[in-house]
Amino acid sequence: MSAVTVEDIGERKRIAAKRRDSILSVVSPLLLLAAWEAAARLQLIDVRFFPAPSTIVSALIDSAQSGELLDNTAISLERLVLGFFLGGVPALILGIIMGISRPIRAVADPLIAATYPIPKSAILPLILLIFGLGEMSKIMMVAIGVFYPIAINATAGVLQINKIYLDVGTSFRAGRWETFRTIALPGALPFIMTGVKLGAGLGLILIAIAEMVGAKSGLGYMIWSAWETFSVEKMYVGLFMIAIIGFIMTLGLNELEKWLIPWKTES
Amino acid sequence: MADPVEDGVLTEAEAGRAARAAPKIRIRNLFKYFGPLRAIDDVSIEIAEGTFFVIVGPSGCGKTTLLRILGGLEQVTRGAVELSDPAQGRPHYSMVFQGDSIFPWMTVWDNAAYGLKMRRAPKAEIESAVSHWLDRTGLARYAHLYPHQLSGGMRQRVSIARAFANNPEILLMDEPFSALDEQNKTILQQELLRIWEADKKTVVFITHSVDEAVTLGDKIMVMTASPGRTKTIIDVPLERPRRVLELRQDPRYGEIVYGIWEHLKDEVERARS
Repeated sequence: MSAVTVEDIGERKRIAAKRRDSILSVVSPLLLLAAWEAAARLQLIDVRFFPAPSTIVSALIDSAQSGELLDNTAISLERLVLGFFLGGVPALILGIIMGISRPIRAVADPLIAATYPIPKSAILPLILLIFGLGEMSKIMMVAIGVFYPIAINATAGVLQINKIYLDVGTSFRAGRWETFRTIALPGALPFIMTGVKLGAGLGLILIAIAEMVGAKSGLGYMIWSAWETFSVEKMYVGLFMIAIIGFIMTLGLNELEKWLIPWKTES
Repeated sequence: MADPVEDGVLTEAEAGRAARAAPKIRIRNLFKYFGPLRAIDDVSIEIAEGTFFVIVGPSGCGKTTLLRILGGLEQVTRGAVELSDPAQGRPHYSMVFQGDSIFPWMTVWDNAAYGLKMRRAPKAEIESAVSHWLDRTGLARYAHLYPHQLSGGMRQRVSIARAFANNPEILLMDEPFSALDEQNKTILQQELLRIWEADKKTVVFITHSVDEAVTLGDKIMVMTASPGRTKTIIDVPLERPRRVLELRQDPRYGEIVYGIWEHLKDEVERARS
């Protein structure tokens, strides 16, 4: 059998546009940094609040050398990952089941709708009360934040699956598990990935908040203690690390999405 | 659920057919209500093995509902639907749906293999059946592509390959070509004829197109507009193998089409009023 070549005249243009997009997404933050550096050196901005990126970088090197930065980053990442799975896995399962089963949806939907609008940061005191100052309270905060967007999107994802696909499943005698595996899960996957991305972002916000109040380690703690000692550069180092984590997370999740959903059409 | 109904009164033609070999599909005094709406009203049909049976009728006449009942996707309100038992290891029926029904998240190959996988056919059987049917439907080169990379006509071919590869005793086809443009429709009709004439499965084919019905069918059932009843059943004496374009020049083809239109005319008008 000869190899297939599918002719597509738009393909080259699309690849060029994609490359342009990815260059722009790297260039724009660099431009911002350059403008910031220039403004700080020219005293256009108050360097007590907005120290030049170059001084932040030297603070970053200092705290990296002392091991402080890596330790704090590692512990934050660990909490983030554990919380993500602790919240994400049950959310995924419950969300899909809610999408498939009407009665379960009827039971769980009002509970989710009622608790979803509560700002997650507002329940931090309660979480600290229940789980104490140890690791579990931080992990739980992330888990709660991750739970909602994944569960809600998984349900929506299953519900938007075209009914004809379920008819095909029935007509080819797909069992309950097979319907889940071959139709509900892949059909809802694009929505689920959106929920995962939202949840990961929310998890990052919540871990920073949780570490500011109830922790002696982590990037949130580092930022908070920098404020208490007025070492503004270090504060920026913490913020920078969180931004980097968020950025890498987004890139990673986008790659994961491409790998998991090869059928998704480019928009 | 279906109430078993005692033997209803068969028309003479039906009685004549019943005298021959046991039918593959027997529908007796079928009623289907959607709430107060009567979709199917006392339909009785027998379809012999190896028949290409076409049901034609105005839109909303319940023909799709009838097919969905045969395919186990709809419950009957009253009456009986019997399909003769399939041979060992073969499914009763496979369905080709109207419009896009192949899974966007599976490659052409996985889509075509779906029925076989769901009934846990041995790997070797899946392998040979899928490659055979992708070959027959001209899709072998596209096996690893996803549906969004295919044209509408190719997607519908995948749907046909999926149904045939499952090796069912009966094929149920619900206006499979209605969403296609005229050229693709003609090509796929010809391909379906070629594929079907090779192994003569029992087919129940729904369409609103009289031309399509005459082109493909051995027998054509004309249905009345809502509620759906059997208006008449017509034999199509055109010999096989048939060629779609040559058929259209055959004077008998025109006569049959005209005859069916005569039956349908009132129904279409009734459906509009």
